[in-house]
Amino acid sequence: MRLEESLAAHNLTREEYDAIVGKLGREPNENELGLFSVMWSEHCSYKSSRVHLKRLPTRGPRVLQGPGENAGVVDIGHGLAAVFKVESHNHPSFIEPFQGAATGVGGIIRDIFTMGARPVALMNSLRFGPLTVPKNRRLLSGCVAGIASYGNSMGIPTLGGEVVFEDCYNLNPLVNAFCLGLASKDRIFLAKAEGEGNPVFYVGAKTGKDGIHGATMASAEFDEAAEEKRPTVQVGDPFLEKLLLEACLELMATDALVAIQDMGAAGLTCSTAEMGARGGLGIEIELNRVPQREAGMTPYEILLSESQERMLLVAKAGREAEVEAIFKKWDLDAAAIGKVTGDGLLRVLAAGKTVAEVPNRALVDEGPVYERPMKRPAYLDAVAAVELPEPTDLEETFVRMLASHTIASKHWIFEQYDHMVQSNTIVMPGGDAGVIRVKGTPMALAMCLDGNGRYTYLDPYLGGATAVAEACRNIAAVGATPVGATNCLNFGNPEKPEIMWQFARAVDGIRDACERFDVPITGGNVSFYNETEGKGIYPTPVVGVVGILEDATKRVRHYFRTDGDIVYLMGNTDEELGASEYLKLVHGRNDGSPPRLDLDTEAALQSFTREVASRGLMHSAHDLSDGGLGVAIAESLFGPLGETMGASIALETPRRADGVLFSETQSRILTSVPSASADAFLALAEEHGVPVKRIGVTGGDTLEIRVNGTSAISKNVDDLREVWWNAIEKGLLR
Amino acid sequence: MPRFAVCVFPGSNCEEDVQYALQNVLGEPTDLVWHKDTSLEGYDAAILPGGFAHGDYLRPGAVARFSPIMTAIQKMADEGKPVIGICNGFQMLQEAGLLPGAMLRNQTLTYICRYLHLRPEQLDSPLTSGLSEGELLRIPIGHADGNFYADDETLETLERNDRVVFRYVNAQGAREDTANPNGAANAIAGVRNERGNVLGLMPHPDRCYQEELGTADGRKLFESLIAWTKERT
Repeated sequence: MRLEESLAAHNLTREEYDAIVGKLGREPNENELGLFSVMWSEHCSYKSSRVHLKRLPTRGPRVLQGPGENAGVVDIGHGLAAVFKVESHNHPSFIEPFQGAATGVGGIIRDIFTMGARPVALMNSLRFGPLTVPKNRRLLSGCVAGIASYGNSMGIPTLGGEVVFEDCYNLNPLVNAFCLGLASKDRIFLAKAEGEGNPVFYVGAKTGKDGIHGATMASAEFDEAAEEKRPTVQVGDPFLEKLLLEACLELMATDALVAIQDMGAAGLTCSTAEMGARGGLGIEIELNRVPQREAGMTPYEILLSESQERMLLVAKAGREAEVEAIFKKWDLDAAAIGKVTGDGLLRVLAAGKTVAEVPNRALVDEGPVYERPMKRPAYLDAVAAVELPEPTDLEETFVRMLASHTIASKHWIFEQYDHMVQSNTIVMPGGDAGVIRVKGTPMALAMCLDGNGRYTYLDPYLGGATAVAEACRNIAAVGATPVGATNCLNFGNPEKPEIMWQFARAVDGIRDACERFDVPITGGNVSFYNETEGKGIYPTPVVGVVGILEDATKRVRHYFRTDGDIVYLMGNTDEELGASEYLKLVHGRNDGSPPRLDLDTEAALQSFTREVASRGLMHSAHDLSDGGLGVAIAESLFGPLGETMGASIALETPRRADGVLFSETQSRILTSVPSASADAFLALAEEHGVPVKRIGVTGGDTLEIRVNGTSAISKNVDDLREVWWNAIEKGLLR
Repeated sequence: MPRFAVCVFPGSNCEEDVQYALQNVLGEPTDLVWHKDTSLEGYDAAILPGGFAHGDYLRPGAVARFSPIMTAIQKMADEGKPVIGICNGFQMLQEAGLLPGAMLRNQTLTYICRYLHLRPEQLDSPLTSGLSEGELLRIPIGHADGNFYADDETLETLERNDRVVFRYVNAQGAREDTANPNGAANAIAGVRNERGNVLGLMPHPDRCYQEELGTADGRKLFESLIAWTKERT
């Protein structure tokens, strides 16, 4: 093969090739070219994003491990640490939805238990094109079934997340998976090789010819031939991973383990090089000792295979028998395939003959870093101020909003996920955040994923900041305090200056909001090249936030609980319909300016909400987001076990009725307060400087909403629930 | 004081929930026993927990029934001691021939995790002895293969001999197609053997033993099990 062809096949540029030659002092052989190809891919090297990600705040008093390891680690007290991360599996999920999504879940779970943590919660953020397109129905059903199959088998509850439908995700669905684990804070394991002469073990599943060049595949745009790339998608075996989880945790309870790293993207290559580079050491491996699924695999294939459910670990010399015994108990392969060396090289042998020899640092730390050109996209100049006709029938519009697939109940999805196993779930999917109690302590952990592609498209800075603000607001709404965040940045092709500009602005927004709310980013990932046939997604940063609730019994749920409670709206409402769900659904447009965000106002609202929760003054709290106040009121009528409760609401506005109902003004929470607590609630609001308005009372079996004294909506609650509850199923059966 | 065993298979994932309910919440000594063990000597009752033993490969429970511990389970069943199968454990007991019927895929062809209404049909069983007549339970299910199937003759025998212990019903306690989550024959959620000491159910009492988890109805089943076991120890 000519060099140009070989470089094109490896997705490397001529300049990158010259740099490789410079580092080696010679031409690389084919195996070495393969190593550089995956390690210097966008997916593994972050070559386009690194200069921007440096701006994110990553430190804090609770942070035990920031970005750069398999997952971030945050001290949560009681001697425990929360280990968590969110990661994308967009490209594989488009090519093969079931296995793509399933192995996305499998990969993030490995990242968590690699650190010594037992995984206790999963969430995911999913984005698809509209269900009117048959392909999107297949993608949704396939991804959900894949996520369910993996997470359920692993015995980890999936607490929901977010599911959004939008045209721009038609050929580029987004599948971002989040996992959280619990570890003893002084028993965190790192992927850092130590101790010359220590044995290197390969454990878990055998290596096959699947997923070769998966990382490279995920670092390029797709064309109409995307489905031909199916062989780059791996096939998951959750049962094997469950055994691997138990065996690894058992090994970690001994002191025979030095370092451990999962084999994810770029498989054996990445795990070996990263462990070596982090320890400043070399690693030598013999490929003939690698357990293989089929005969006749070449060194190139073994090195680049992305077969799932495999781990690489360094044990203490002399403790080999202990390692082998534990894996034997779980009927898993454990093969000593090499040793730690002092020369800093990744040396790969096949039948004793060196087939690749490359400095670990050159693969891991010395990859290319690009400051790609940036340009403000021209479409932003054309963003028009919103001029809208008022709907003639507000009630009909309201019902349509509840049937919007982005707003409608996601029960068809989350009921396929086991969300109760481990018996810790105390806020079920469908609430503002998932909440699990931590057995053996009085505390609970809250977590959520949020992002808004429309906002970010129309104002990338604001979109980034709002993702953080909304996630933290969701955490506050259940009564918890954010302690750490992770992000998954889904963007188009970074070689386009407009995309790079969106990326940089979104990162700035995330940074400013994280700094204001004191929430460090402890890890995450970047997914570029979400483009097919030249069409890209809206820039979609997804932020996952983890919060602590010191007293689990004080957790707040989102739905009305008791007859006769007073309904208050915290925060002011402006007429902000730009970029809203209402604008898209009812008027078929996505333009205007997204709602403004004042970080100080937001911070005051959140600390007020937390204090109201800790004093037990409210019966419910629900964040206002897509669909604004109207949708938040409706969602507050529906409990997770089928309970319903009506309400009588009176709204005042000097402007339009659709504006007050569907504006997506930020920094607002809807709450119900027992009348006996009203005075204390109002006094606290005053103290925190948060405007609150009494807008109605709970009770009855109808929802009555009056605007400026005129009845706008009068509907039976069960009828409303029916519409909201069944919309996605109806969309799928179309 | 009776001692409870919860058997752990590779791929089980509800063993700690059962242990926590029995031991931490209700104060009964409860051990986890590995599937390669061959004896349950010293235990007064055994529970086969939910999960995906052996990945549910081939069929749920089809591989687990060959585990060494199943010989000890058979022995306990023969001795008349309580043997309870929850979800995947129920499927194992069917595969082992200790309980009748088989599980088909759910009619929806999807996994379903959801709270539903359950009507105890029988108050003379290890899990229902402490319930009162006509009491409805709210208990979640979590399975992909819970569509109970048996031939007409077997179903008739089960009904005639009061061996159906739990049925899926609506909020009013009545049988209704929409209240049957998986398509189970006769809306059967739980059955027992002829002697009455071996009982399998698809719903998970181990997920609802404290109010904060949704309901505490599962606790009543565990309390029944404890009382039933104590009476017979």
